[in-house]
Formats: sequence, C-alpha cells, structure tokens
Amino acid sequence: MIFGTGILKGLFVTLKNFVTSYFRKPDNGGIFTVQYPEERDKAIEAFRNFPFLAYDGTPDKVRCVACGICERECPPKCIHIVMEIDPLGKPARRPSVFEIDHGLCMNCGMCEDVCPFDSIYMDHAFEVTAADRGKELVRPKEALLKSNDYFLKIRPGTATLVDQKRRAAEEKKKLSRAATLPPQGPVS
Amino acid sequence: MTNTKDLEGSQMLEINFGPQHPSTHGVFRMKVFLEGEKICALDPVMGYLHRNHELIAENLPYAATMAYTDRLDYFNSMANNFGYALAVEKLAGFEVPERAAYIRVIMAELARIVNHLMLIGFLLNDLGAFFTPVLYAFREREKIMDLFEEVSGSRMMCNYFRFGGVKRDLTAENLTFIKRIVSKLPAFLEEFEALLTKNEILCMRCQNVGVLPADLAVNAGITGPVLRASGVNYDIRKVDEYGLYDRFHFKIPLGQKGDVYDRYYVRILEIRESLKILEQALSQIPQGEVLNKKTLPFLKMPRNFKPATGEAYGRIESPKGELGYYLVSDGTPQPWRYHVRAPSLINLTVLEEMCLGQKVADAIIILGSIDIVLGETDR
Repeated sequence: MIFGTGILKGLFVTLKNFVTSYFRKPDNGGIFTVQYPEERDKAIEAFRNFPFLAYDGTPDKVRCVACGICERECPPKCIHIVMEIDPLGKPARRPSVFEIDHGLCMNCGMCEDVCPFDSIYMDHAFEVTAADRGKELVRPKEALLKSNDYFLKIRPGTATLVDQKRRAAEEKKKLSRAATLPPQGPVS
Repeated sequence: MTNTKDLEGSQMLEINFGPQHPSTHGVFRMKVFLEGEKICALDPVMGYLHRNHELIAENLPYAATMAYTDRLDYFNSMANNFGYALAVEKLAGFEVPERAAYIRVIMAELARIVNHLMLIGFLLNDLGAFFTPVLYAFREREKIMDLFEEVSGSRMMCNYFRFGGVKRDLTAENLTFIKRIVSKLPAFLEEFEALLTKNEILCMRCQNVGVLPADLAVNAGITGPVLRASGVNYDIRKVDEYGLYDRFHFKIPLGQKGDVYDRYYVRILEIRESLKILEQALSQIPQGEVLNKKTLPFLKMPRNFKPATGEAYGRIESPKGELGYYLVSDGTPQPWRYHVRAPSLINLTVLEEMCLGQKVADAIIILGSIDIVLGETDR
C-alpha cells in the first residue's frame, strides 16, 4: 500500500461524519447535543438526585416519623434528624429538624432503600446550587418537603406503586380496627 | 525504581508531570529524568486522590459499601459493583437468580465497551489527534450511558448491583434498546478502525513503543488487556468462569509484541468479543426474579446482615484487569478487613520499565495505553 493511504482514508471518514451529521437523526450519528438552558432532554424516571421528603396533602402531614433509620444508614452521614416533642413531653413521631447536607450527599439512594415509612425519595431536581457552602448547602426541612403530587409527577411508576401499597395498608388497618372494636349494642 | 542518586552529575533534566496535567488522566504525578529527550528514570507518585475507601468500608454495613465501589473506577461502576457483589455473595453464600445473572453479564460487557471506547479516544488525544476520535467514541458511549441512567438512576455512579441480584429489572424497551446498540456498534467500529487502525501516523507513533515483554508482565502481576497485548492468554472470564461466562462462546484476543499499538488493537478486538457475548446473552435471557428473596431483608436493614466468620475473595475481569475484593468477616455487621486489588495500581508498576529509553512524548501514550484511573489507583 502506498504510504499515506491510511491517513487519506481516515480523513475521508471525518469528512463523511462532518457532512452526514447535518442530515442524520440524532441517535444515528447526527448532531445529538442539546442546547441546555433553553432545551432540555426528556427526564428519565429512574434518575436520582438529592432526596426529598414526601407529604400527603398539606406540608404538616409529613410521612416521616423521625425514626432515624436513614440517618443511621446514610453512608456519608449527611442526614440530621431531631424528633419533635409534644407539649406533654412525649415524642410526637414527627421530625422537628430534618436536614440534609448537600455538600456531603452522594446520591446513592440508600435512604430511599431503607425507609420503612415511604417517606424519603430521590428527587429529579438538579439545579440546586447555593452561594454559600457553609449554610445554604445544608437544606432544612422546609426546602426538602415536597408533596406526593410532585412525586407522582416526576416518578409516576414508583409513586403509583407506593400509593397502592399505602392504600392497601390503610384499609387493612381500618378493617382490623373495626374487628377489634367491642360490639356497640344490639344491631337493629 | 532507579536510584536517582546514581544519576547525579550527569546532564539531566528533571521534569514533573502532573499532578495537574491533562495527559496524566487525573491527579497522577510522574517525576521524569531526561537526557536530551530520552527518559533515563521515571518515578511515579501516587496518592493524590486517596479517599480512605477501605477504612470507610470497614466502618459501614456491607450493603452501604456498594455505593462507594462506584467511586473506584468511575468509568465503569457496573464492573466494580459486580466484583463487590461477587465477594459478598461468596462470603454469605447467596444465590443469584438466573435473570439477574444475565443482566449482570449484559451490564458488565456494556461497561467494558464504554471503557475501551473511552480509552481509545483518550489515547488518541494523548497522541495529538485532538478530540475527533474521542468525540466519535463519546457519541456511542452516550447511548450506553442513557441506558445506564434508565436502569440504575445515574449515568456513572450506577450503584445497580445488590447481593443476590440487581436493583431493578430490565424492561422490554431496555432490552430492545440494548439490541439496537449491539446491532449498530459493529458499523461504528468499522468506521473507527478506518479512521485509526491503518493510519500511518498512529502506526509510527505506537508500534515498537513501550514494549512490555511477556515474562516481565507475568512477573509483575499485570492483568487485563495490557497482559493480553503481550501475548499471555489469561482472562478471568475464562479462568474463573464467574457469573455465567461459561455459557458464552467468545475468544480472547491476544497481541504479539506488547507495544502500544497491540494494546490499542487488543481493545478494539475485545469490544467485538463483548458484542458477541451481548448477542448471546440477549437471545438467552429468561424471565424471572431479579433479586434473591433471602437478601431483601438485609437490603432493607443492612445492619442485620452479619455473615459468619470467614473470608472471601471475589474477582472479576474488569476492563482494566483483575479487580478483586477481599473481605474478612468477624460476625459483625461491618467487615473486619476489606481490601481492593485495583488493576490500575498494579499495572502502573511496570510504567518505568516500559518508558526507559523512550522519548518524553512516548511516556504519555504509554501511560495512556495502560489505562489507569486514579480513583482506583489511589482509592
């Protein structure tokens, strides 16, 4: 072979790619870049980023009972929870403080895996910068609380399954409560 | 290591490559001693990315370490997960359902393709073919990355494998997507090879550069494509037959001389073999469970998982070489000892032998052809 044929063949490949990239479809060798802030790629449901706390209906109906399992199992230990104490001095089974340090969190999804109360889930929001890394990166409870509707919107598959499971559990609870109630006089 | 004191008094120039140098693929530092342009000694300095991986794992439950193994070799976290899952399964005696085992093989081979494409792209970057080959490779890689994101939730930090299976099942759409990738990649490889393999500049720069003799490679414990480029037939997929690799028909590509060109070409051939494995796996994959039911409670409550006292070593053929995880259990939720045998670190030990007598510019492509990743080297 004449010296230089390989180079010419290679140059032909680059020329072909340059020209065809304008005509081909993005998944077939065409231009596949996305002009980010204006255009966005379709969100992938399984995508996981910093966790959020789900609530039902209004933000005071937090699913989290401040059991602290996620706090203990979090590999980089970025979660901090304090249980709320009601006026009688009893634990209220609700978090008064729930903070996640975004500077430490590594998006592993462990908290979602271990949570027994279907409360903490991985979010899709990725544009969560902070100007101050000391204070603002530690997200307080208010910033983490997101409604179940939001969860249904971003991850419909998982959220529907969770909702079904919770509804089934609630009905079972209702049934068992009705069964254990003492009979209320004669039924007419 | 050459004793630098012997070289005092000669007309030597000491150059520091890195740690902040783009051609060292991370925060790797080389002290290079030159005479003219010839390298007469080379001293690799590692540890700039040390993150205490092993000690962190010794203080965490077994399940939590899976997320940290992603951060070892951050280009193919699927392979890292695989090795760790194998080690824990060996320690505790968990079985893997058939479908999960197939998914594991598919993911590991896709990770190998991604890794080799990236390596070839960046090797060409090191050679001076700035960013055209690397972007062609990235175009194909991006499709596989999309698949990884769809199944695991993250492009690079997948955290997808679990003891006794995988986290999420593959849907029918995922499988057709993989089939499409597998059917289209050979055409891309043809084009990539037309661009590179016979290119005279590439041949002149790579052939007979950084030769690693087979006996030295074996003695130094080199594994992976670097060893196979020197002509030694050793692939853990064939030797150990972990996972399901005994069911697939594939060949082990071998080099002849052990120079940079052989290391480049062995990887191209390995991508083709990986595609063969993927084709077979995709046609055979059965329906069924993807997670062993026995392990589910341990994933929900990682601290309840207390394997019996003992030790286990799980190893896989990662794209870079033999990746091994050594675990010693003392019956507590945390491993008593955890060690990672990182292929990048051990493959780096022959860097000086390969570079001696070569030019400075060659040292960079020799380093690039070993395929190191600093997350794994420094841990």
